[in-house]
Amino acid sequence: MSYSITEPGKGIKWVAGILVVCYALITIAPLLWIIATGFKSGPDSIAYPPKVVFEPTLEGYVNLFTDRTRATSDMLEAAGPPETWYEQIARDQGTVITGASRYGERFLNSIIIGFGSTALCMILGTAAAYAFSRFRVPLKDDLLFFILSTRMMPPIAVAIPIFLMFRNLGLNDTHLGMILLYTAVNLSLSVWLLKGFIDEIPVEYEEAALIDGYTRFQAFYKVVLPQAATGIASTAIFCLIFAWNEYAFAVLLTSGTAQTAPPFIPTIIGTSGKDWPAVAAGATIFLVPVMIFTILLRKHLLRGITFGAVRK
Amino acid sequence: MAEVTLTGITKRYGNDVALNDVTMTVPDGSFVVLLGPTGAGKTTTLRMVSGLDTPDLGTVTIGGRDMAGLMPAQRDVAMVFQQYSLYPHLTVRQNLEFPLKSPILKTSQKEIDRKVGEVGEMLQISHKLDNKATALSGGEMQRVSIGRALVRDPAVFLMDEPLSSLDAKLRADLRVELKSIQADSGATLLYVTHDQIEAMTMATHVGVLDKGRLVQFGPPREIYEQPVSIYAASRLGQPRINVLPAEVFGGAPEGARTIGLRPEQIRQGDGEESRVERVERLGDQTRLHLRFKSHDIVTVTDAHTELKPGDRVKIRPEKPFYFDASGARLA
Repeated sequence: MSYSITEPGKGIKWVAGILVVCYALITIAPLLWIIATGFKSGPDSIAYPPKVVFEPTLEGYVNLFTDRTRATSDMLEAAGPPETWYEQIARDQGTVITGASRYGERFLNSIIIGFGSTALCMILGTAAAYAFSRFRVPLKDDLLFFILSTRMMPPIAVAIPIFLMFRNLGLNDTHLGMILLYTAVNLSLSVWLLKGFIDEIPVEYEEAALIDGYTRFQAFYKVVLPQAATGIASTAIFCLIFAWNEYAFAVLLTSGTAQTAPPFIPTIIGTSGKDWPAVAAGATIFLVPVMIFTILLRKHLLRGITFGAVRK
Repeated sequence: MAEVTLTGITKRYGNDVALNDVTMTVPDGSFVVLLGPTGAGKTTTLRMVSGLDTPDLGTVTIGGRDMAGLMPAQRDVAMVFQQYSLYPHLTVRQNLEFPLKSPILKTSQKEIDRKVGEVGEMLQISHKLDNKATALSGGEMQRVSIGRALVRDPAVFLMDEPLSSLDAKLRADLRVELKSIQADSGATLLYVTHDQIEAMTMATHVGVLDKGRLVQFGPPREIYEQPVSIYAASRLGQPRINVLPAEVFGGAPEGARTIGLRPEQIRQGDGEESRVERVERLGDQTRLHLRFKSHDIVTVTDAHTELKPGDRVKIRPEKPFYFDASGARLA
């Protein structure tokens, strides 16, 4: 009987396929549930048994982006007939739109703070990782351990000192404050991950570039960075996901100007009854940027493209 | 094109002494081959000249200029690395262009295309110019890495075993090619190898390194004919020099501990008797493995010899080398 190590048998392939599909279903199901709930009407969203087939509506999305008030007949008269499709949807629920909700600006805050801290984290992390990887840094091992030790407790354990520090520095409820905070929390992870990636890039490439007439910084920029792209991309995704999803610090340190989407979404529930479709709509939109970011960087997540031009 | 001098170069890596007080002058336009086993300090010498490492003690000059504190880019040297070190994210063409596009050279695109085409032709890699550097065989990578040095016109070429992973035919071709490039351009070339054919055929000077020390420096014929020690003598010559106790033939000068005999220093058909153990026919020459008074000797004989194992051959030394107890040659 022929036997090969590289090509698994048909049976194994089937089992593997079924396992992967099961895993995918388990992870994707809640996601699909959230997306579906966003398009349900209020009663449909809490129907029992749950409705799998339902009539889709944009009610949730309209409620997410608007502030409304229960309509009295005086108000309806004053407002006149609905002029837009979303006003119509609000009227159908017996409400009138009084203005735009704050979801848009909270979402924008999330973008600024999430991507800002990720970018800062990548710049500082790559520089530090490169130095740790290539130069003789005094007390290197101790420093690396110290950097890692900042992640040995849950960050929220130091919430109170950070809160006091932020208050005294005037960083409370500012974009800068949140960017700095998320960068500080993520930096240890990014230094360690990136150091691993840079360690794997043979130093000979830089030496070749130095000989070829480039300065150390140019060699770093032209030779190391392109090869570290894989590592930088995957590290950036980790950092972005953390900063994007972070809830506890956001609740504690932001309230008005710099509030991100995670602490805002739950507040939607309270404004007019339990509005699950609006919450689900908020969560669905919230997922999109990370999804796009990950898909854009997917190419770089495939490893092994850049290795192999140095004889070991 | 420049003279390179090393004066009193010492380099330690931790407790290992890689180079120990090395002094040598690489004359302008010469082809210097550094010989020695692994760990002798050959590659370290190249790194000292290139500026990738700096000496603990001593000075390096290129073209009369002290190199202390100068970055590799400022030294105007080109280097071929033993591990190829091609930029994996670039194509072959981009690899070859890389040094020409450096902020120091800033060559025009027309000139770049001309030089890259020329070098690609010479190294027989023209058809692979648009391949990724990683999609090449070992020999092709090595040729690209040689090409990356040859596109430039540096003060000094440094080459670290550049032909080691090529097949025999290509190696012979490139040996001739490199030698003629060097001779035509008058470039100074410092070349590391442990292939003695490369040393003998290409070098104008050979430097023999032993555990970080430069034990002999001179033209290859001089190293071959006037070695300073057993160590230097055994670097060159195929088959290797035979080293026997000095007294086996008699007539040894005072202080001699061993006698060194290259094949041409063994006269056959005259003198004392030895037994043929093995006959190796290599085509153009035939090697004789002889047993002489409980010592083994390897020598060369007529290609069409009738000798066979068990036969008796008379041998006697002719102008042999004598070495003292420390291995140094007695003049």
